[in-house]
Parts: sequence; C-alpha cells; structure tokens
Amino acid sequence: MNPAIEIRDLSVGYRTGKPVLNNINLTVMQNDFIAIIGPNGGGKTTLLKAILGLIKPWKGKITIEGHPVASKAVRAGMGYVPQLIPGKLFPVTVMDVVLMGRLGNSGLFRHFSAADRSAAEKNLRRLGVDHLSNVNMYYLSGGQKQRVLIARALAGEPDILLLDEPVASVDHETQESFFNLLAQLNDSITIVLVTHDVGSVSAHVKNIACINRTLISHGETLSADAVSRAYGCPFELISHGVPHRIIGQKHQEGSSIENNFNGNGKTSD
Amino acid sequence: MGMEKPVIDALGYTFMQHAVAISILASIACGIIGTLVTVNRMSALAGSIAHASFGGLGLAYLIGIHPLIGATGFAIGSALVIGAAQKRSDTAMAALWATGMAAGLVFIKISGTYSADLMSWLFGSLLAVSGSDILFVGILDILILLVIAGLYKEFLAVSYDQEYSRLQGVPTGFIRGLFLVLAALTAVMLMKVTGLIMVIAMLTVPAAIAEMFTSSLRMMMVLASILAALFSLSGLFLAWILDLPPGAVIILLTAMVYFTSIAIEKIRSNQN
Ligand SMILES: Nc1ncnc2c1ncn2[C@@H]1O[C@H](COP(=O)(O)OP(=O)(O)O)[C@@H](O)[C@H]1O
Ligand SMILES: [Mg+2]
Repeated sequence: MNPAIEIRDLSVGYRTGKPVLNNINLTVMQNDFIAIIGPNGGGKTTLLKAILGLIKPWKGKITIEGHPVASKAVRAGMGYVPQLIPGKLFPVTVMDVVLMGRLGNSGLFRHFSAADRSAAEKNLRRLGVDHLSNVNMYYLSGGQKQRVLIARALAGEPDILLLDEPVASVDHETQESFFNLLAQLNDSITIVLVTHDVGSVSAHVKNIACINRTLISHGETLSADAVSRAYGCPFELISHGVPHRIIGQKHQEGSSIENNFNGNGKTSD
Repeated sequence: MGMEKPVIDALGYTFMQHAVAISILASIACGIIGTLVTVNRMSALAGSIAHASFGGLGLAYLIGIHPLIGATGFAIGSALVIGAAQKRSDTAMAALWATGMAAGLVFIKISGTYSADLMSWLFGSLLAVSGSDILFVGILDILILLVIAGLYKEFLAVSYDQEYSRLQGVPTGFIRGLFLVLAALTAVMLMKVTGLIMVIAMLTVPAAIAEMFTSSLRMMMVLASILAALFSLSGLFLAWILDLPPGAVIILLTAMVYFTSIAIEKIRSNQN
C-alpha cells in the first residue's frame, strides 16, 4: 500500500514569526480513513489548506501520491469539503455549486459539458439532495448544505477526500447516515476528516491524529481507552496553543505528549 | 405642463434619440457589472472608482486631452490599486475616493475650466450625448458580453467561493483583475449618463432589486439590465415632461422602486 499523503517537517503559518503548525510529520496511507482531531485554533484547518496547496509551507514538504502539491493534476485529485460558514444570500443554486467541483475538468471559455452535468447529478443523487438542485443554497438547512458541499467535492472524482468539521452542524441521526456514506466511499477513496469533536468520530475511523500546533499523536485508535492514550491528554484540557497547560493529575499524559512529538506515537492494543 | 411638451415630440430631437440610445446601451453594462459588484458586496468600489476618475478628468482638462481618456486612465489605475490592496481594500477605496475628488478640483481650478463642464460630469449630461459617446458604450457592451459569455462559470465561482475556485485551477487573480477593469470602464461610462455622484446608485440598485427576485446569477444580470433600462428611459421622459435634470430623476425613480421592493419583500417574509 502506498502513502496517499506524506507530510515531512512541515511548518506553516500566516504571519511571519508566528507559525501555526510546527514540525508536522504525518503519513496517510491510501484507503485510510483518518480523523484529525484537536482543539479550536489548533491548526486543523491550516493543515488541510497546506495539504490542498492553498497555503505554501514555510518549511518541509508535502507530497500527494508521490507528487508535489503544486501541480494542477494533483489538486484535481483531491476533493475538499470546507468548514461550513454561515452563508450569505447569493444567487447560486445547488446545481451551480456542485458544478464548481467540475471546473478543474473543464476550462476557460468553455461551457460545462454533458459529462460535467451528469457527474454533478450523480453525486447529488448519491447524497440524496437531487430534488434540491434548483434551490438557492441560502435556503438549505445546515445538513443539506453539508451534503451539497460533499457532492461538489465528489463531482471532481477525487482519490482523496478532505472534510473540515463536516458533522458540526448536523443532528445525530444524520451523522449516522453520513458516516455510513463515508465508509462506503472509503472503499475507493482515502478520507481525511477534521473535527474538534472526538466523540462523534472515534467509532467510525481507522486512524486518529491529534493536532495542536504540532502533531501530538498519531495512531490507530478504536477504543475509547486508546483514543485517550492517543491524545496523550484529555482532549478538553488541551488549551489554545499551549499543549503543556494540563492539570497536574494528568502529568503522565503530559510527558507522553513530549514523547510523541516525533509524530509516531503509535498506540499499542 | 406636459401639454406643451408631448413625449412623442421628444423623439424628434437628435439629442433625445441619443439619450434613449445611450440609456439602453448603458443598461446592459450596468446590469451585468452592477450584478457582479452587488454580489461581491463591492458597491464602495464603484463609488471609489468613479470619484477617483474625477482626478483624471481634471488632469485631462489641465493638459488638454479628451476628458474620457483622463477619467478612464484614473479609473483603471484606481481599480488596480484597490485590487492590489486586497485586505486593506476598504481603506484604499476611501483614500482614492477623496484623493480623486481633491486632485480633480485642484487641476480644474488651475486649468480654468468653465464650471458647466464640471457640472455635467458630476450630475450627468444625458441630453448632451455625442455619437462617439454612444460608440464607447456600445463597444464596452460588446466587450462585457464577450467576457461574460466566455467566462461566466469562472465569474460565478470566483464571486461565490474564491478559495474553491483557486483549488479548481481557476486563475482567480486574472478574473478579479478583469472584473475590476470592466467595473472601472462601466463607472466612467455611467458618469456620462447619471453623473459620477450617482454612479453607485445606478450600478447597485437595479441589481439589488433583481437579487430579491432570482436565484441565478445569470437571471440577475438579465433582470438588472432590464430594470436599469426601464428606470433610465422612464426617468428620461419624466424629466422631459417635468423639465428636470434627467440624471437626478432617474436616480429618484430607481430609489423609489428599490424602497418599495424592500417593503414588499418585508411584508412577504412576515406573512410566511
Ligand atoms: N487566514 C488567517 N490569517 C491569520 N491567522 C489565521 C488565519 N486562519 C487561521 N489563523 C490562525 O491560525 C490558528 C489556527 O487556525 P485554524 O487552522 O483555523 O484552527 P482549527 O481549524 O484547528 O480551529 C488560529 O490561531 C487562527 O487564529
Ligand atoms: Mg477549523
């Protein structure tokens, strides 16, 4: 099995002298289903943006299936479901949005082809939102919007799917069917799912990485116990940008954070 | 008062024919670019460009070139500055807005230009439109229609979700630059029709009304163009009948319809 995403010594940020992420090493294998967890402001979205090539690494290197991120073909192989932000009123229909996932397959001075449209329709059906295709995005519920954005990401027929906080705005039932869908997609697609809510994902994913400015832990974690060990500390206690500010009683986990700074803190079963 | 000046007579005058022609042609550019300005929440951009180009007008009078050339140069220049300023673009817009006006006034004072010329740029000169003005607007329309026909899906994508467009390999910088240049040209063109003080209203109000009634960008462009044409033609004839300045009447009419639409929209949404 080959690595789908390889991150080596990555440091990146927005303002010089203030890196958001430091020395990240992470390998995501093909057909992995990895959750990236960590507190708000820990740099999860930033990591996704670096993987997508939306922001340039200050240091280190990211390769996608062995190729540098910069190339257009590599980007086209990745589907991105951004963090849902409150939508502003905008004259755009669900169909328009999903077709944006086909821009990379099309080109300037061209209309969307029949193939583009059928890819969009197929994925709207797959996500169960095809009946909304002529509705303005603004009038959808959070869960419906999320599905449309997933359909958009899938319309480009990606090998890797990156989702940023996809379960933040949906109820429990929707979450269940959502994870079933992801499990299904995972047969052929590598999935990277970002969340700050570990409880909602632990039972569904194959691997977990914990990011808070640096990679705290990365390993296979399927039991609650293993999850907690993978964190190196109870998740709630990792405060913004200060991985060490952990309540005294948890000192052991505190040291395990240090040990896991190499990013290979595999948990044993 | 209408009795002495029947509307039908008006069309017998060449200047009225020109006014009708430029009103219709201007509405096409105005509807399309106004839609993009509105959905990108950049109405301050239009105002800023128009006022900045006043500096170019003044300079043109001072050094003796065609005012339209001076205005266009300043308009495009300021649009590109705003584009380059990115995160600070609101500050850049405010600075250009005031600087353009101040520079224009100074240049005009030095050049000793007759103030009626000035007034026509500030408040429009719909009744003094030349053949070359009409040609300018016609060419601008063709340019805008060609660009939008060829790059519609890119303009939609960049306006709605710039980051995602970039991921899809859309040249977002080029699209934004093109938009700014076309907006600059449209703003200069509208100075001729409604005057620079009213450019913002003409660009954004028909589009804002259209936005209430459609959920596709394309339909919004079409509807905004039709509304702009309706407002400017009815404003023109109303001004003729009432013997008032057409630019101002057009804006008043446009504003009236706008506020009525908002009221209707409010009532409709309260009922649901
Ligand atoms: N565009 C930006 N410009 C400057 N700072 C940013 C930007 N985006 C995020 N940050 C900062 O980077 C840090 C990490 O943010 P982010 O990656 O969004 O975290 P997360 O997704 O884990 O909540 C935060 O401190 C945030 O303020
Ligand atoms: Mg985030």
